[in-house]
Amino acid sequence: MPRRILLGDESVALGAIHGGLSAAYAYPGTPSTEILEFILDHHERYGAPYASWCANEKTAYEEALGVSFAGRRALVCMKHVGLNVAADPFVNSALVSVHGGLVVAVADDPGMHSSQNEQDTRQLAEFARVLCLEPANQQEAYDMTREAFELSERLHVPVVLRLVTRLAHSRTTVEVGTVLAERPIRRAPVKNSWILLPGNARRQWKELLERQPVFAQLADTAGWNRLSMRDTDLGVITTGIARNYYRECAHELPEAPSHLHIGLYPIPVGRVRRLAERSRRILVLEDGYPFVEARVRGLLPSGAEVVGRMTGDVPAAGELTPDVVRDALKLPARPTHAIAGIALPARPPQLCEGCPHVFAFRALKKALDAFESPLVTSDIGCYTLGALPPYSAIESCVCMGASIGMAKGSAEAGVWPVVAVIGDSTFLHSGITPLLDAAAANTDMTVVILDNMTVAMTGMQDTIVPSERLDDVVRGVLGERGHLRIIDPHPRRVDRNADVLRSEIEHHGLSVVVARRACKQVAARMAARSPARAGAPEDGPTIAGAAP
Amino acid sequence: MTYDILLAGVGGQGVLSMAAVIGRAALAEGLHVKQSEVHGMAQRGGAVLAHLRLSDAPIESDLIARGTADLILSLEPVESLRYLAFLAPKGALVTTSNPFVNIPDYPPIEDLLATIRTLPRTTIVDAEWIATEAGDVQALNAVMVGAAMPLLPLRPESVEAAVREQFGRKGDDVLRCNLAALRAGRTAAGGVAASALAKGHAVAAPPPAAEATP
Repeated sequence: MPRRILLGDESVALGAIHGGLSAAYAYPGTPSTEILEFILDHHERYGAPYASWCANEKTAYEEALGVSFAGRRALVCMKHVGLNVAADPFVNSALVSVHGGLVVAVADDPGMHSSQNEQDTRQLAEFARVLCLEPANQQEAYDMTREAFELSERLHVPVVLRLVTRLAHSRTTVEVGTVLAERPIRRAPVKNSWILLPGNARRQWKELLERQPVFAQLADTAGWNRLSMRDTDLGVITTGIARNYYRECAHELPEAPSHLHIGLYPIPVGRVRRLAERSRRILVLEDGYPFVEARVRGLLPSGAEVVGRMTGDVPAAGELTPDVVRDALKLPARPTHAIAGIALPARPPQLCEGCPHVFAFRALKKALDAFESPLVTSDIGCYTLGALPPYSAIESCVCMGASIGMAKGSAEAGVWPVVAVIGDSTFLHSGITPLLDAAAANTDMTVVILDNMTVAMTGMQDTIVPSERLDDVVRGVLGERGHLRIIDPHPRRVDRNADVLRSEIEHHGLSVVVARRACKQVAARMAARSPARAGAPEDGPTIAGAAP
Repeated sequence: MTYDILLAGVGGQGVLSMAAVIGRAALAEGLHVKQSEVHGMAQRGGAVLAHLRLSDAPIESDLIARGTADLILSLEPVESLRYLAFLAPKGALVTTSNPFVNIPDYPPIEDLLATIRTLPRTTIVDAEWIATEAGDVQALNAVMVGAAMPLLPLRPESVEAAVREQFGRKGDDVLRCNLAALRAGRTAAGGVAASALAKGHAVAAPPPAAEATP
């Protein structure tokens, strides 16, 4: 079989392409971004399958659902918190009768390398009552993605593929299979199965519940869930990449434990019970939440002691590592080196040299000097680094778009002045709807949109609305009353920009100030592509300060 | 045979491209390779780490365990010490002597280098000087791949071929510069290997210009 060197993310992408994919949709988010990037690149070279970035994960999910509705195979990709945004279509799509394979690839981020929480997607898959596959390596990521389409069509549900950062962003050799053709367009075979009116929904829900034993039986017979029994007291359950860490130190144990590996959910109840029959102690090793551990406790009568994250045998928070697993197996730590007499400074990520956000923050800080107790909410993107010294310019970062809604709430709670700082792509993702609320109430607050003309933090993807049209979108939301000003966050314009910001903050009503200058990382690329979009000349206004 | 490498540096220095060259060479020699990378926000001028595992048998874990790395290969002195707990007792540390100062509390470079020299197997290379001589200070990472070559379980031809593959697309000048940097880095580290054994550590002197070009 041909071999390719692929990231975990790319293995999912290629597995989908080879599995007869017709279309893929996503919003960029670490560590999932490279899935769609790979398919976009493939599309550019070969003209298929269709792939596009979307406004957010909800729209991406719904577009994929439409492909499935047409009887063709679709992939939707996101990071774990993206599934919160897409939770509405996700949970409800479990009730329609899927006939075009729908695979939901979600990359979790245990350890929060690049995220605000470490929520576990297996929990949401269970909540929606659908199947979930969890690959342990890149080969499984490829193979499982292909299989996920089959399972989705055979069992009429969306199938979740759960990745974690360490698999998503690790590359190795993958053996690839044959390429399946795309499915023909096929309307839903059962007419009312996609219309979730209460009468239909009750029937669909009942059918989904009736399929649960089929899922359970699949989990107990699937090759992804492997049980090897030994005559020992210790039983080990691993899921996903935990198996790799376990296998690398299992040979050091005095006797080989019984071992159940889970790669397909729901939990294989029969196999867990068989493991428990012979084990006095069961150690559960899983990346993320104690998902299996909690359920295994409920499955077993008594007798076997279940240990893992809930008992502190594995740390309750943080990602698994080879050393966390080693400790959990009570193997001694290995000798290593240590240095004395020198304190290593931390080197957190920081805004690039010459980043326009820096000069936007300088102007904002200067403008806010005039006020006694200003409050600045913010959002998710490179500019979240504005929370760190030397800027210390923002006070919140919760979820995509929250800066605007929180600013409105704070203003209505009586705080003045209130400023929301949000990036262009985050605004388009989830900032427009709270701005509608603020416009409706003409809330006394100021929104600063940092428009660097790209989705910078995830690797310079194009925003869904190009910068030239962003002002029209904002103007359309604001209507007649709201103010809109455009500034250029150039180093030499800090004072002038501070004046604009100060006057808009003083305005008792809703103002939006767009600080527009291309991200340093893309300025060169954009100049090559289209000189007109390459940002401002050295010290001139870009788009003349538009009248409010 | 398993050979585990931690590659360290600061976002933007070229840690991943260094990993890619070594990984490519290993694959060409028929070895199994796993390379774990950092993407996203951590790449913005912050500490960057990649795990690169080479083996003649299939590899399970994407991550290297503490106390087991055969080599720490670093583009920056502070970063060379950050992951020391992962280095095996007999492991080697290869780093540039060139500080990348983008933080306010950077320790005195002399103290840093003195600390690095207390470790049993270290090679410290003035990679900025060598890369500049080779034609472009950007080729710092090629210098450091070269400096690691005496230690890597790979044939020099494989590493050179990997550099050709990786930089060939970027034009003749870039390729020539990276090959020169690779060879000069190797000469610099090879030149100190003997004294490193004798003294336990060494700082590579910049190589004579004649040795730096093929």
